[in-house]
Amino acid sequence: MKISKLGKVAIVAAVSTALVMPTFSSATAASKFATATSASQAGGLAGLANECRKEGQLNVIALPHYWANYGDMIEGFKKKYGVKVDEADPEGSSQDEIDAANRLKGTNRSPDVFDIGLAVADKYLGTGTFAPYKVRNWANNLGSSAVPSAEYTPNYTGTMTIGYDGSLGTITKLDDLLKPVFKGKVTINGDPQGSSAGLNSIFMVNLALGGTLDDISPAVAWFKKLKQVGNYINVNPTQATIASGQTPVVMDNGYISAGIAKEFAKAGKTWKMFTPASLGSTYNSAVSAWAPHPACARLWMEYTLGEEGAAIWAVGGATPTLWIWMVKTKRAPAAGLAAIGKSKVAPLKATADQSTKARVYLKTAWADAVGTN
Amino acid sequence: MGQSQNQGTGTANGGTGSRYWRKRSAYLGVFPFFIFTGIFLIYPTWSVITGAFKNEAGEFDTAKISELYASPIVREAFGNSLEISYKTSVLGAILGGLFAWALVSGKPGGVFYKISVAISSVLAQFGGVMLTFAFLATFGFNGVISSLAVKLAPDSFLAQSSWLYTINGLAVVYTFFQIPLMVLVFLPTIENMKPQWREASDSLGGSPLEYWRSVGIPILTPSFFGAMLLLFVNSFSAYATAATLVNLSDFLTPLQIGNALSSEVGNANPQTAKALSMAMVIVVIIVMAIYAQIRRRVSRWESAR
Repeated sequence: MKISKLGKVAIVAAVSTALVMPTFSSATAASKFATATSASQAGGLAGLANECRKEGQLNVIALPHYWANYGDMIEGFKKKYGVKVDEADPEGSSQDEIDAANRLKGTNRSPDVFDIGLAVADKYLGTGTFAPYKVRNWANNLGSSAVPSAEYTPNYTGTMTIGYDGSLGTITKLDDLLKPVFKGKVTINGDPQGSSAGLNSIFMVNLALGGTLDDISPAVAWFKKLKQVGNYINVNPTQATIASGQTPVVMDNGYISAGIAKEFAKAGKTWKMFTPASLGSTYNSAVSAWAPHPACARLWMEYTLGEEGAAIWAVGGATPTLWIWMVKTKRAPAAGLAAIGKSKVAPLKATADQSTKARVYLKTAWADAVGTN
Repeated sequence: MGQSQNQGTGTANGGTGSRYWRKRSAYLGVFPFFIFTGIFLIYPTWSVITGAFKNEAGEFDTAKISELYASPIVREAFGNSLEISYKTSVLGAILGGLFAWALVSGKPGGVFYKISVAISSVLAQFGGVMLTFAFLATFGFNGVISSLAVKLAPDSFLAQSSWLYTINGLAVVYTFFQIPLMVLVFLPTIENMKPQWREASDSLGGSPLEYWRSVGIPILTPSFFGAMLLLFVNSFSAYATAATLVNLSDFLTPLQIGNALSSEVGNANPQTAKALSMAMVIVVIIVMAIYAQIRRRVSRWESAR
């Protein structure tokens, strides 16, 4: 069979068009959700919900159930939209979340959404890691305008607190922790060089001692004293060590302590909290730029950063960025008001520069203060 | 020697194909193994070593290595890692070796023997969060033994739990999986010692001391040190146990690597992690080279037997 040159070209063109067409059209359908920067571009909430049901699954990462009530949050999302939620690496750090997304890029196991601290959020801002997305309540989420591109949105604030076993008495001032009754009992959640809760513990103590966020040496000296009297222990507290009484005093985010208090109450014990200075940090929600389930990812943003999500976070002791607006407009539910109150103003936060400065100082000073040798 | 080689490749009437194909299929059998080690050992090692010589932009650069080499914090952590590995391998090898000897001297195949081997197999893998928790609950500040000691013997070290959080405390925790591992690795060697050797020595008029000096110890020594090196590497690379017990990432090199990979407060730096990992790889390569030399000696007498 002889085919002219032109005929050959025509056949090749036809075949390749036929092959490419279906993939091309489905790609445009998917990209509508993958590039949507607001719900209205994706057919509204109903459009997102419909597409999400088709996707069938949402991948989340590093969301422990006891953390800011994420257990209820995930359950609520599953129930409301009837999709599976795949939870990976609950104990991972913010950096782990991004690393996992990069490692699993192109697979359907890559995380769809992130819940990350400010340092990591800023590090990846403008690198094409996050898909810009403005939730409907974007303007009402406190601090959202700091990132006009909406690559990430501040979601909730935790205030640092000292949580402790109620049977040890009542702490009324920071120096109570130096008393013999707390011998071998005081911990912070994580190495301050690796964990933001650890670093914030130092900032909190520093503020309580009358220091500033620019110079943390008073706090490090205080921890050194705490170590010398034998009250500070270098143990990384976990749910197990807390439940069994191995680490009865833990400096951590209020929304973690609130979860512990709930568990303690179930066991007939009390877990109290003492907040010597108002120091906190705000976490941020973001959509992965290569989310394998782009509609579910955006739906999760709408759900968590909306009124429903805010109510769930509030019950868990975290202050949602939507809270002030909800209180003002009388939308705040009673259970949340009971848990975090209405006057909870945003606590002091360390800036990126202050964190860097503290980190450099800790590199030598921390091991010297509480080191093991 | 020659005889054992023949046994290794099979007897003449064992196969159906030619000698040529039998050889080829033998290589085919190890193919999955090569794929496995390639993906999980050789490629990661290669990526660590090449990555250590690159900067953030991916260009060739030794700045990170010299920076870490000069850092006293890195040196101290590395020293700690070597120290704890050295201590726990010696301690684990001696105690585990004695225990293995005791097992063989007893009734091999007896109930105690079987239970001990089974327990050793489990405990050799017992590390990380569970092990730390077990020690915290026992010897930690609020542990069972410590609480008891505070009441009964307030001046003893048991009442002062701070020892657990020092390098020696961590060493004690590590021996908990080092000793069982030593038992597992060393037991076959002791079991291979033929009672006939002892009988031969006795019938030639040798005293027990002479038997151990000229037969027992020379035969056991290479295996013993080989096993000790294995324990060294095992402890050197342990991460989870230390990470959960000690809340201080500059304490050991594996913890530093962990912090360089997942720090939330801005210390994350893959280049640092790779450079530190390369230093660990070098130590492991040195240890394994010595191990290979020792194994050659061991296999010489094992095959000559």
